Order: sequence, then structure tokens, then C-alpha cells
Amino acid sequence: MILVFAENQKGVFKKAAFEAVTYGYKTAQALGTDCVALTLGSVEGAGELGKYGASKVYNIASEQLNAFDSSVYAAAIAGAASDLGAKVVVLSHTSTGKSILGRVAVRLNAGSVAGVNSIPSVEGGFKVRRGVFSGKALADFEIKSDVKVVSLMGNAIQPEEGGAVVGVDALEIDLPTSRVRVKEVSTVEGTVPLPEAELVVSAGRGMKGPENWGIIDTLADTLGATTACSRPVSDVGWRPHHEHVGQTGIAIRPNLYIAIGISGAIQHLAGVNSSKTIVVINKDPEAPFFKAADYGVVGDLFDVVPRLTESLKKFKADA
Amino acid sequence: MKILVCVSKAPDTTTKIAFNADGTALNKDGVQYIMNPYDEWYALVRALELKEAAGGSVTIINVGPKENDTVIRKGLAIGADNAVRINSNGGSAMYIAKQIAEYAKGESFDVVITGKETIDENRSEVGAMLAEFLDMPFISYASKMDVAGNTATIDRDIEGGTETVEVDTPFVLSAAKGLAEQRIPNMRGIMMAKRKPLNVVEAVAFDDLVVPVHYELPPAKSAVKLVDPENMDELVRLLHEEAKAL
Repeated sequence: MILVFAENQKGVFKKAAFEAVTYGYKTAQALGTDCVALTLGSVEGAGELGKYGASKVYNIASEQLNAFDSSVYAAAIAGAASDLGAKVVVLSHTSTGKSILGRVAVRLNAGSVAGVNSIPSVEGGFKVRRGVFSGKALADFEIKSDVKVVSLMGNAIQPEEGGAVVGVDALEIDLPTSRVRVKEVSTVEGTVPLPEAELVVSAGRGMKGPENWGIIDTLADTLGATTACSRPVSDVGWRPHHEHVGQTGIAIRPNLYIAIGISGAIQHLAGVNSSKTIVVINKDPEAPFFKAADYGVVGDLFDVVPRLTESLKKFKADA
Repeated sequence: MKILVCVSKAPDTTTKIAFNADGTALNKDGVQYIMNPYDEWYALVRALELKEAAGGSVTIINVGPKENDTVIRKGLAIGADNAVRINSNGGSAMYIAKQIAEYAKGESFDVVITGKETIDENRSEVGAMLAEFLDMPFISYASKMDVAGNTATIDRDIEGGTETVEVDTPFVLSAAKGLAEQRIPNMRGIMMAKRKPLNVVEAVAFDDLVVPVHYELPPAKSAVKLVDPENMDELVRLLHEEAKAL
């Protein structure tokens, strides 16, 4: 059996949850077994996970799980995996997943691979693939233990619906007392968080100052994209810290990454080089980013960006 | 406050990555190694700041072969008091976490800090494993930490924002950008580092449950397609019809 931990935020599933269940379902098919999902805390419509391939959904409703502590979450997931006899545990490679994967693996004495980006190959051993060297290479790992734990990179696969809503069973697991007191959670409202975003508009020093970001916001709004920025721009405080993508910021892999006024230092590329399509807009034809781009526009961003916004508006109106 | 900082060695960010012919190992020719930046810039420096403010000691630990001593000496030059190297050729994340946990168990550290990930493996697994082996709370991706008495208040990066938590010592923390500012070792630090203790401890036996079997480079990008800056309709058309990104 494959057990997928489907993450929720304030009772609502994240996109990562649907990706993880889809991944679990496909892995189960490859192994000739079934896929069940686990939800923690109070969740709306947990049975919906059946649409993505879960044959059953289990919920551990303990109040303790409404605030995050990696020890408690790991005990819940590892406990459920043991009770249900799961052979593969699938998590999401999110801030939550990164905090618990190692703990779950130790508890289950399981080999683990974090941030996998494709369905396992199961011929002659259980092998999974992930990016290494900050996106500069790919590696296949074989997990040799009886029980296996993997976490799925965001946007590596898309959620696929096909099944029907399934029943939700309550599960009782003994949980340890939480040792972490969550004081405050502050997240931006109304936009898709960067790691989940399929479309990203990112800008850098070429913008000359924070007062010029209006054209970036307008382009992002037109496209329905999330905004990001390069390191120098977040370091000087033109943009918030959580928008910084790159080696020291966050690594993303959207379907479309539009880089505006960013030269493309290797540290920046390390965070975005797995994007499916990269567009670079820069007035310097020698900018290193053009080497990593699919499409390039050499020109003054203050002319090009509003023009691109107009073309997109036209495209959307015609569609 | 007694602090343990876990440091690893990684190829410099600008290294051109290549593998041997059968794709089983990194081609190490001409590769420059550095201390993993998250360990050096954020984990180690924040540990030193805490010690400077409230007293105590900072120990650095590395799991690796003798070649790693240069990286360890750099950590001592930046200001760590002493170092431990678990003599080993490394292994899976769990192997490394097990080695560090075996050492840390007998030392009663108040805080154990790792970088959020290494820039070669990008696993971010060791911190959580270490916390589980030591039965300590684990706070990942910390971008701010203040300590008062035995209680730490920590901001950690989450999707699209931050979560603020409070935790009592002992605990394990993984360090992200923002936790501290990089320090460059000075000549006095470099001289002193030569006399600071670096204890070598033999590794405990632990079988890897996961092994790398194959490495490869991603398919080469085809050359960039340049679009006339006057004709953004064309870019939109390409993104829609060719790239299928819209």
C-alpha cells in the first residue's frame, strides 16, 4: 500500500496535496497496489482526494495537529504507516514536508529521498530521480529498505482527476505532546505562493528602484502570475524576503518564468533552472541569463514590459 | 549555551559539474571545495553571535575524510572553539545524521544547528533526522532567532511568508538566509585556528538504506530564440503555440 500525506493549510488542501495523491496513485499502479491518503487536523472535504486516485482517506483529527510541530506530525504519519502496513510513504517537498521527512524515515527505519521529480521506476529495484547540484544535474537513487519514504517536488507533475469522492475513516494514533509553540503565521493573501505557482514574473536590479514595480505587478496580474525577485533586490529591501528566488532564496520550477532586468548570475539560475519555459527580457545582449533562456527579448524593459502586457491583454480578450 | 554546528563540504557554486563516463560519480578534476554556504554564513555565524552575547561554546562537526580538515579549520578561523570530525567517506543523509547523533548524545548540547541544505545534494534531510535520533524539537529554515534564557523565538520560512514559533532548549535548527551575516576570517583567527582542538572520532557502523546509482546532466538547452522587442504579440504567440506555457 502507498500512503500519501495530503497537506492542508487552515483546513484547505494545498495544490501540493493533489499532486502528491496523483503521484501516489501512479506509483501504486506501477507496483500493483492501492493508494490511500492521510489528512491531519480538521479538513474540509477530505473525500475529494478520491478524485486524484486515493481509494480511501484516513483522518487523524487530534486538536494538537492544527498547529505544526514536526515531532507530532511525524509520529502521526509514521504511526499511520505502521498501522496500515504502508510500504511507500509519499510527502510533499514543502516547508512542512522538509521538516518531517527525515523524522518519518528514522521512525520507520526507511530509506528516503527528498524532492523527487518523476514516478519511481520499479524494474530491478525501486529507483527515484531528483535534481542535484542545485539543478545542474539529475541523479537516480535506489531505496533498498522494505519501507520507503519520498517527498515530491512542487510542479513536478500535475494533479490528474479521474476517480470519485471516497469515504473518510477516522484513525486513532498515540501522539507525543507538542514542544513547539506556534505564535504567529503570516502569509501573503490572495496570491499563489511561489513554490506552487505555475506562472512567475520575476524582476531584478534592472528595475532601478522599488517605485518602478508597477509595470511588473500589472504584467503579473494580467497573466495571473506570482511575482518574484533576484537576491540584490531583496537584500536592499526593494522587495520582501519571501519573493527571493535563487540559491539562497527558494528554488522553484514553474511552467513559465519571465525574468526581467535580471542578469542571470549562477546563484540565481540555481533556483530557477528547472522552470519549463524561461523568458528573459534584458537590454544587455551579453547577459548570461540568455544562455539559459528559451525566449529572449533584447530591449529596454520599461518599453518591453508594458508592450508585453498589452499583447497579453489582447490574447486573453481573443481567447 | 553549548552549541553544535554541523558543517559540510560542497563544490563551489560556480563549479562546472561533470560525471565519470558511466555516470556513477562526480568527476572531481578541478573542482574547488568550500564550506557549504548555509552552514558557514548562517548556522555558524548565528551560533557565534549567541555565544558572544551569553557565553558558552561553539563546536563544529563534520562527517568526512581527512581532506575535509581544511574546511573545518576555516570554521575554527571564523571563531568556533573546537571541532570534531567523524572519520568516514560519508553516505546517505541518515548515515550522516546517525554519526552526528551518536556523538551529540553524550555531550548535552543546548542547540544543534545545520544549514537548510547542502548546495550539492540539496537534500535538507539531515536536520530532521538528527532531531529524531536525539528526540529534540526541530525548526526548519530559520531566518531569525532570538534567545532569552532557555527559550528561543524563531521565524521560519514557509510558503509565501513566515511562521513564528517558541521552543525551549535543547532543539535542532536549520539555518536559512537572514539568520546571520557572513563573516570573513581575519589573520588572528586563522593563526588561532591552527592551535584549536580538532578531535577525530571513528564512525559507527550503519548500513545505507538508499544509494545513488546514476548521475547525468540535464538535456542541453537549445539556443535562445530572440524575439523583436517591438513585436510582443509574437512572443505571446510563441508562448501559447510553441511552448504551451499560456
